[in-house]
Amino acid sequence: MNRTQKETAIRAVFFLFALVSILILGLIVLSLFREGLPLFRQVSVSDFLFGMEWYPTYDPPLFGIWPLIVGSVIVTVLATVIAIPVGVLTAVYIAEVAPPLFKDLFKSVVELLAGLPSVVLGFFGMVVVAPWLQDTFDLPTGLNIINASMILALMAVPTIASISEDALYAVPREYKEASFALGATNYETITRVVIPSALSGISTAVILGMSRAIGETMVVLMVAGGAAAIPESLFDSVRPMPASIAAEMGETPYRSPHYHALFATGIVLFFITLAFNLVADYISNKFKEVGSGTL
Amino acid sequence: MKIVKRLSLILVGLLLAATPVLAESIVIKGSTTVLPIAQGALEAYMKANKGVQISLSGGGSGEGIKAIIDKTADIGNSSREIKKEEIALAQKKGGKPVAHVVAFDALVPVVHPSNPVKDLTLEQLSLIYQGKITNWKEVGGKDMQIVMISRDTSSGTFESWDHFVMKKAKVSPRAQMLASSGAVYTAVSKNRYSIGYLGIGYVKKSVKALTVGGTPANIQTAMSREYPMSRELYMYTDGEPRGETAKFIAFVKGPEGQKIVAAQGFVPTQAVAPAKKGKKK
Amino acid sequence: MTTAAMKYRYFRQSLFFGLVRLSAFALALALGGILAYILYQGAGALSWEFVTQPPRDAMTKGGIFPAILGTLYLTTGAILVGLPLGVVSAIYLTEYAKQGPVIRVIRIGVNCLAGVPSVVFGLFGLGFFVVFLQFGSSILAGALTLGFLILPTIIGASEEALKSVPQTFREASLALGVSKWQTILRIVLPAALPGILTGSILGLGRAAGETAPIMFTAAAFFTAKLPTSIFDEVMALPYHIYVLATAGTNIDETRPLQYGTVLVLMMLVLGINLVAILIRRTIRRKKKW
Repeated sequence: MNRTQKETAIRAVFFLFALVSILILGLIVLSLFREGLPLFRQVSVSDFLFGMEWYPTYDPPLFGIWPLIVGSVIVTVLATVIAIPVGVLTAVYIAEVAPPLFKDLFKSVVELLAGLPSVVLGFFGMVVVAPWLQDTFDLPTGLNIINASMILALMAVPTIASISEDALYAVPREYKEASFALGATNYETITRVVIPSALSGISTAVILGMSRAIGETMVVLMVAGGAAAIPESLFDSVRPMPASIAAEMGETPYRSPHYHALFATGIVLFFITLAFNLVADYISNKFKEVGSGTL
Repeated sequence: MKIVKRLSLILVGLLLAATPVLAESIVIKGSTTVLPIAQGALEAYMKANKGVQISLSGGGSGEGIKAIIDKTADIGNSSREIKKEEIALAQKKGGKPVAHVVAFDALVPVVHPSNPVKDLTLEQLSLIYQGKITNWKEVGGKDMQIVMISRDTSSGTFESWDHFVMKKAKVSPRAQMLASSGAVYTAVSKNRYSIGYLGIGYVKKSVKALTVGGTPANIQTAMSREYPMSRELYMYTDGEPRGETAKFIAFVKGPEGQKIVAAQGFVPTQAVAPAKKGKKK
Repeated sequence: MTTAAMKYRYFRQSLFFGLVRLSAFALALALGGILAYILYQGAGALSWEFVTQPPRDAMTKGGIFPAILGTLYLTTGAILVGLPLGVVSAIYLTEYAKQGPVIRVIRIGVNCLAGVPSVVFGLFGLGFFVVFLQFGSSILAGALTLGFLILPTIIGASEEALKSVPQTFREASLALGVSKWQTILRIVLPAALPGILTGSILGLGRAAGETAPIMFTAAAFFTAKLPTSIFDEVMALPYHIYVLATAGTNIDETRPLQYGTVLVLMMLVLGINLVAILIRRTIRRKKKW
């Protein structure tokens, strides 16, 4: 085989490898649909999505996941509300305010926080925060929305912070210099020039953070309480979708209706996170700064 | 680079070379109620029979029975009888679940030690778990909200509770669903508003057992069936057990195993009960 | 501009900066607090016995060696799967591919894969490896699932590393008549190696800490003996924590051991991450370009 042929062969092989990611994604979708769709022979799609009762082992079983969806949404929204200010402000700190010594230090803090296994945070929430909440506020249970949202926020912040930080760094220096030249203070430059130009990157960061929060399993499994009902207060327990899947998967016989229902829940979860990721991708591509108009 | 390559080859080689050895192995999964019995038994069994590889998991009776149906375990622990649909599913796959009674159990409602309530009727228990009685003062206790603690749906204990107490009425979705009897025990011991239910082997000093309709739960009332919530604990196998699995089950049902049952706080079978096949209801 | 107005502007700045600093320090405090608390609670359980012995007496005594070993096996397997796939994919994306729809689709694919929740990976692993390919609940199924989970991380880090190699290196090599593949193999790849290494190590850390993907594909509550083949189930540190804390028989009694296990897992993962961070810092300094 001469050189050119070898080069072409290698290129072809590598192309196949690169396709693996798409292949896996496709396999995931396939597996989810293959095992999840059979549910809809028994239950209509709208009954499944909007049904208010999740009693999968009842006789006859009821597969309404609306309370699970609501649970997922509430903890995600609350977690994001907490995580956005902390994440963005921390990113601002690292990118703009911190003295060089602390920059590295706090970058490491964010990275280490990102690397904490979710089961560790779930454990902490369950064993430390929950009893504390229960005792301090005299609650019926410390495993509830507030607890889960706080811990989820702790998981979302590193995502939001590091991507926002990248976005802030990407703002061309010329913008800042122009602002200073016009007499603006550091604060004014950051809030009126840097952050607005980094807004698309920050939005991407927030969306990806939300995607992380809604898909997170161990934390909600251990901390959110497990009640499959629409909550009436922030101190109620909920059962977000990933928690239900993880908790119930082990007990369902292969290809039983419950099994299919859990895969169907997986489909819903998958598409929600997919939507988030596609939107984030779109935003980051559309508003990418190409060139910075300098000399 | 070359060292890395060599090391990884060795590692892969090691992993692959240790291909399925014909060591005797038993895989046990299922009920968390039966778990302490299985754990105690397997520790004793392995001491006496070196060379047997036993792995044990919890997950609930549903998991145990599913494992037998899917043939992913040799023994499925269960604190409830196998359901009709499960037998049908097993038969579709060419399997035949066989039940072995390894112990008796009593299902006991428990509350926090600080709770003054001592007794509840089956009716009251049902209404509480349906969410229709929501305050302790309605059953003679203090004026505080009732927090229902339940097992999750994979649990045989949950099914037993449904069989004896709920009788098909739905458990309120506001009940906390916990993954194991151990978790229920911990939760009730820490929450003064709570009520839960456990197999008698799990009732230890951090929780307070209630009497049901005046009858306390203990070995005598469980064996005589005077206590209304007495039940059998099972180990299911796919077909009649063979080899090491058969020896293990015989061990559990025999005098040594029954000593372990008693030590764990459960009720030993009086004599070795004949193995029942399938479901009788 | 009046002095009062200036003072006001700088006052606002101090306020804002104060808030910003507060955020960052609060975060650091949260991290530090959690680490310190777990260290405090778990240190008592650590001992030579703890890391070398299997559990005894319904897990209230003994150690967690099987779980440590299981995590080691699973993570090694995951890297064996993820590293070659990831690096080769990254090489294709940066060195060979032309801009166009195909590339965009692959990139979207990688990004979406990165966003798939870990429990969905678990479902996938269950449906595909355990059931369809009939591997059963095993190290093999778990390692494959984990390997695919960390694939996007490795691809991302490798791509960055490859992109940061100056174009001049490639041009010089090609100008000397070296073929493209040889250039990549001998020049670009070695230069990008530290970055690739960092990414893989971070992927390793992630694989070690994940629970949901292995819950249905590999993990067991208790294996009395150590695994002897890749078709065996294993204990694993993250799963062990989960079961001891939620589904165990003696939750209160095993609490100190739970903290100990959490501590071991944390030390493992943080250690791995610190190594990666240090490597990255050293190469940044040593870079001669």
